Amino acid sequence: MSLIEITEVKKRFGDNEVLKGINIDVEPGEVIAIIGKSGSGKSTLLRCINGLETIDEGSISVAGAQLLPDELHLKALRLKVGMIFQGFNLFPHLTAGRNVMLSQMVVRKTPKAEAEAMAKKMLERVGLGHKFDAYPDQLSGGQQQRVAIARALAMQPIALLCDEITSALDPELVNEVLAVVKELASEGMTLLMVTHEMRFARDVCSRVVFMHQGRVHEIGPPGEVFANPKTPELKQFLGVVH
Amino acid sequence: MNDFSTWDILRNLLMAARWTVLLSLVSFVGGSLVGLALLFARIGKGRLGPAFAKTYIELFQGTPLLMQLFLAFFGLGLFGIDVPAWLAAGLALILWTAAFLAEIWRGCVESVAKGQWEASSSLGMGYLQQMRWVILPQALRVAVPPTVGFSVQVVKGTALTSIIGFVELSKAGTMVTNATFEPFTVYGFVALIYFCLCWPLSKSSQILERKLNVAHRNH
Repeated sequence: MSLIEITEVKKRFGDNEVLKGINIDVEPGEVIAIIGKSGSGKSTLLRCINGLETIDEGSISVAGAQLLPDELHLKALRLKVGMIFQGFNLFPHLTAGRNVMLSQMVVRKTPKAEAEAMAKKMLERVGLGHKFDAYPDQLSGGQQQRVAIARALAMQPIALLCDEITSALDPELVNEVLAVVKELASEGMTLLMVTHEMRFARDVCSRVVFMHQGRVHEIGPPGEVFANPKTPELKQFLGVVH
Repeated sequence: MNDFSTWDILRNLLMAARWTVLLSLVSFVGGSLVGLALLFARIGKGRLGPAFAKTYIELFQGTPLLMQLFLAFFGLGLFGIDVPAWLAAGLALILWTAAFLAEIWRGCVESVAKGQWEASSSLGMGYLQQMRWVILPQALRVAVPPTVGFSVQVVKGTALTSIIGFVELSKAGTMVTNATFEPFTVYGFVALIYFCLCWPLSKSSQILERKLNVAHRNH
């Protein structure tokens, strides 16, 4: 059984159908890059998997549990799937350490000492153990994003959704974040990432999904998708001239 | 003919000013509690709560405080309920303060970035947990200066209760004037006392604004 099963998912915003029947099955440990032009529905798809958007048709299940739009089911789902955002979205009134501790203590009711130990461990893991007491506005964009990753990891999710997590970063900060993601991938974390980093997608991902106008236009291993695009849309997107 | 010394005038006014302070405090504290309830109704997810809170706020913001005082004082009297002036004054001011505070605070809650809601949702927090740990602590920083600033309006608003016969600073001013025939001196003192009450509040609002901004310099 696949870890994440996305079946015939449709999503409309008013008259605008953003997702027109998406089917993707993700196996445990897979790293999937979702690429495509802006407006192709890639971010919406990711947000649907985490329940930030409700779907109009179809179904999404994670580790056998259906995604249903009530608070109880959503909460159960979100404990399994973490999400990282383009804009970091750290809590600005809390230190990096507190950011990582908060949801453990509030949602999982983890005792403070335990949550703190976990926060230290996770911040170490993203190379920011020494920034435990720093506030988000004292950190660079790359560091903030790594704290956001640590925060998601502290909830021990079985999969992570990454929504253009390097798009808001200065070019020189992109690599430190990608290095962390790469490490997670090598440790066997299941990852779904919307990305514009084609080289990263080629090097790290097990499959690449090309979305176009609300549909999965092409899907396959990166070698195939990048070296041998079948549709004119993907060729154009990759800038391949024939 | 005139047996009142300046000290007598001032002393009488200061005694009455205690009631102004007390009424302000009661209105502000009571108004905060009612305002908080209104705020939650206003930004809640249901349909009835927001509609009720919105109507309430519009009603109280859209009518003069004086009319609200009259309605509380005379309106309840029509039903045979004898309302003492202090009760009508307290009630009307609490309800009036609540409407304005709820609206000020709504703006503060909505000023918290949408990404904060999304991030806390994605970490599995429920609505109340998000409010308690993520949204309100941030909204609070934004809310302190305008809230303290509004307390000045509450203090000045208490002056209107003199019209329904509540003896606070303004009413005492009128009474002392009637006895002394020195309106300029008396009302001069009255104004000065109001200023002494209000100025520290506006000043602290400014200081707080600067302080909280420094703590939050990059946001």
